[in-house]
Amino acid sequence: MSPSVRLQEMIRVIRSARTQCEERGVIQRECAAIRAQFRQADNVGRSHNLAKLLYVHMLGYPAHFGQMECVRLIASPRYSEKRVGYLGAMMLLDEKQDASLLITNSIKNDLSHSNQYVQSLALCTLACMGSAEMCRDLAPEIDRLLRTSNSYIKKKAALCAVHIVRKVPELGELFTTAAHSLLSEKNHGVLHGAVVLITELCEQNPESLAQFRKVVPELVHIMKGLVMSGYSPEHNVAGISDPFLQVRILRLLRILGRNNDTASDAMNDLLAQVATNTDSSKTAGSAVLYETVLTIMDIKSESGLRVLAVNILGRFLLNNDRNIRYISMMSLQKIVQTDHNAVQRHRGTIVDCLKDPDASVKRRALELSLALVSAVNIRSMMKELLLFLSSCPPELRAQAASGIFSAAERYAPSQRWHIDTILHVLTTAGADVRDETVPNLIQLITTANELHSYTVHKLYRALVADISQQSLVQVACWCVGEYGDLLLRAECDDTEPVQVTEDDVLDALETVLQSHMSSPATRGFALTATMKLSTRITHNVDRIRSIVSIYGSCIDLELQQRAVEYNALFKKYDHMRYHARRGSKNCPVSSDDAPQSTPAQPHSLDACPTSSSSPEGDLLDLLGGLDLMPGEGCGGDLSSVFSVLLWCPCTVCDSSAQCGLWAYVCFLPCVPLAPSLTVYEKNGVTLRLQCDRQMDTGVSITLSASNSTDGDITQFNLQAAVPKCVQLQMKAPSGDVLPARAAGQLTQAILLKNPNKVGLRMRVRVSYCSQGTNYQDTVQIDSFPSVAWQ
Amino acid sequence: MIKFLLMVNKQGQIRLSKYYEHIDLAKRASLEVDVIKGCLSRKKEECSFVEYKDYKLVYRQYASLFVMVGVSENENELAVYELVHNFVEVLDKYFSRVIMFNLEKVHVILDEMILNGHIVETNKSRILAPLLVLDKMAES
Repeated sequence: MSPSVRLQEMIRVIRSARTQCEERGVIQRECAAIRAQFRQADNVGRSHNLAKLLYVHMLGYPAHFGQMECVRLIASPRYSEKRVGYLGAMMLLDEKQDASLLITNSIKNDLSHSNQYVQSLALCTLACMGSAEMCRDLAPEIDRLLRTSNSYIKKKAALCAVHIVRKVPELGELFTTAAHSLLSEKNHGVLHGAVVLITELCEQNPESLAQFRKVVPELVHIMKGLVMSGYSPEHNVAGISDPFLQVRILRLLRILGRNNDTASDAMNDLLAQVATNTDSSKTAGSAVLYETVLTIMDIKSESGLRVLAVNILGRFLLNNDRNIRYISMMSLQKIVQTDHNAVQRHRGTIVDCLKDPDASVKRRALELSLALVSAVNIRSMMKELLLFLSSCPPELRAQAASGIFSAAERYAPSQRWHIDTILHVLTTAGADVRDETVPNLIQLITTANELHSYTVHKLYRALVADISQQSLVQVACWCVGEYGDLLLRAECDDTEPVQVTEDDVLDALETVLQSHMSSPATRGFALTATMKLSTRITHNVDRIRSIVSIYGSCIDLELQQRAVEYNALFKKYDHMRYHARRGSKNCPVSSDDAPQSTPAQPHSLDACPTSSSSPEGDLLDLLGGLDLMPGEGCGGDLSSVFSVLLWCPCTVCDSSAQCGLWAYVCFLPCVPLAPSLTVYEKNGVTLRLQCDRQMDTGVSITLSASNSTDGDITQFNLQAAVPKCVQLQMKAPSGDVLPARAAGQLTQAILLKNPNKVGLRMRVRVSYCSQGTNYQDTVQIDSFPSVAWQ
Repeated sequence: MIKFLLMVNKQGQIRLSKYYEHIDLAKRASLEVDVIKGCLSRKKEECSFVEYKDYKLVYRQYASLFVMVGVSENENELAVYELVHNFVEVLDKYFSRVIMFNLEKVHVILDEMILNGHIVETNKSRILAPLLVLDKMAES
């Protein structure tokens, strides 16, 4: 390729390259040739070479070796070379490069050149990449140029001044007077430049802002001239005279009128005039109207004007042009907080825009609709939103779902409607909802007592239909487990009753367990629900047992653990299962696992945390610092005990395995195996014995003492003795003061190990101090409740 | 303020690029790829404004050529839309045939219209006046 081939040829060659590789080869050859050319200081082809280099640079290839060439070309006297040189400077150089300093002098000279085109080149380059020092150097020159009579130069100088002000804000004062005088120009280009300069000055400096407020009448006058003038061939765009200038002036008015009453008053008439007179059938007119609306909304305008603005936006919404619809929705969104009622009037149109094929318009419509939901229109809006959810693009689903949830929560007219809505969302977009939805929904269902059977029927049906939406399946499993008896009774009055057999329910749960679509958490829910059902149903307990035992060897640690513990429950504590299940009525919800409330093994609540005989003792240790309310003993309320243990471990256990553990702590301190036995009653002191728990080789009992006299009893102490083949372990007493009038109790737990299974006998010595007198008594306990040594 | 202007063909090759705010060469390439992908993938029923990072993109298609302008957040998109149309009309008036072979002239026109990210002149005859003078100078 000959070295002085022109730019067009090179472009043609590059474009005809068929592969990236070929193109790179061509470009590399060209660059090498250009580099050689530069070194030769050849006069003729220099500008062409630089032009070629710039094209190559535009395509993304490195071209830094052309920087010095730019500098040289700028200094050349020929216009064409200067032109290419300056263009190169704008594209290749920026203030971080050293070469940019070298052109400062050339720019300075060219700014005072006799030819206006050369001057304009210099101005253009300075405006594009002038560094702070260059700006400081050349600012006076620019100021002088702003006052020349040449409008061609003036308009460019004005924009160059904008750049200078941005780079070096202190120089702003230099240009204020010039800016003022420029406003009286006739040339639209200069006017435009002046308005931009004033805008920049006001944004940079609040004092200038105050100063320029005086200019408002002048601006108003110019605008009126533009709006009311007839057809002006020079600046006409689709019937509007110079819409670009109008838009600019309106923006400046907005900045000047913000937070300022006098300035805003001066503009009110003008804005009303522009709003009514501008023809909005073409985009140009709409652009002006849009800017007017933005200005009205931002300054302190009167309410009539604001209503006018919102109406304009409403009109835009009905426009055929999609761009205009989008614009109006963006603006409505900005003002929906402040002018809520005005926007409500256009709610119907906004909701229609949910069906627009454009994704940006849909997104805006969704945000606006969610903002417009109120207690009055919640039902109709929700219908539309749910319809939207089923057909919306995937990237909007999560936003739509969470928006629907929060709206439903705030304005739900009834609980049933709320539950219905959430179920609907879960069926359509279950994969995109957030994780907190499941526990929230479960809590909602627990509080809605009358709707339990309705909910469980609905959820069962959803479960049978589709098990791919994880959140839905989790909630459904929990519900089926919890309210399975309602489901089996089939006595729902709201929906048609369907005869559901136990087998059906178990089938459904088994499907969930075995499906590969179910996540481990879902499987956990299903397994627990199966377990819970073992108390609700009567015929298929064996089936449940077999299901549970299968999972005893599951790979997933969580499931395996649960299954093993459930198995243990089946084996050892069959009679307890009923009680264990029954106690889950009012459990508050925790955020990391379903409120399983599933007991693993019964355990004495009164035991000190350091009980080493059973694994659950370690659990209580894990729970750490649990205040076990010593006064409660066997009269305590089951549900409150549940709530204590359910709530506190959330901070202690962070891995899900551990959470599984704590969820299994069941404590049934107060379902006694046998009624309590009063063993000693004297001087107002009553001592009762109660068997708490039986294990294979022993029993744990609790001795509780209470005081019915009028005075406190202090130094209360118990000592016990048992036959030789029985081992005795006494835990620490809960205290040694018995408050008067049975205000409280003292308890002490005793662990008896009876490996030979002899009859249990015990001698207890009681000593205490009552009203100043010390007492000591011995009691022989021969008749333990017979269950103790089975 | 206008941040950049790009002209691309339907295959995504850049025919003209002008930046009014300095961006590193590496970032420029990724920006171009993103912008081009964003605009070319839009269907016909979608509107001409796209939000991209902290710019707003306004694009228009003319036969096989796309003109894309990136503007800052506070600009009036409809006005920029009109500006793009104005620009293309000017190009049309000057170049009777395919424009892309005279890249430096296109740059001259663009510089006459937009300076430092703001509009300078929108009157077609005034924009083209210096160019015609230049041509006359070059010929003589």
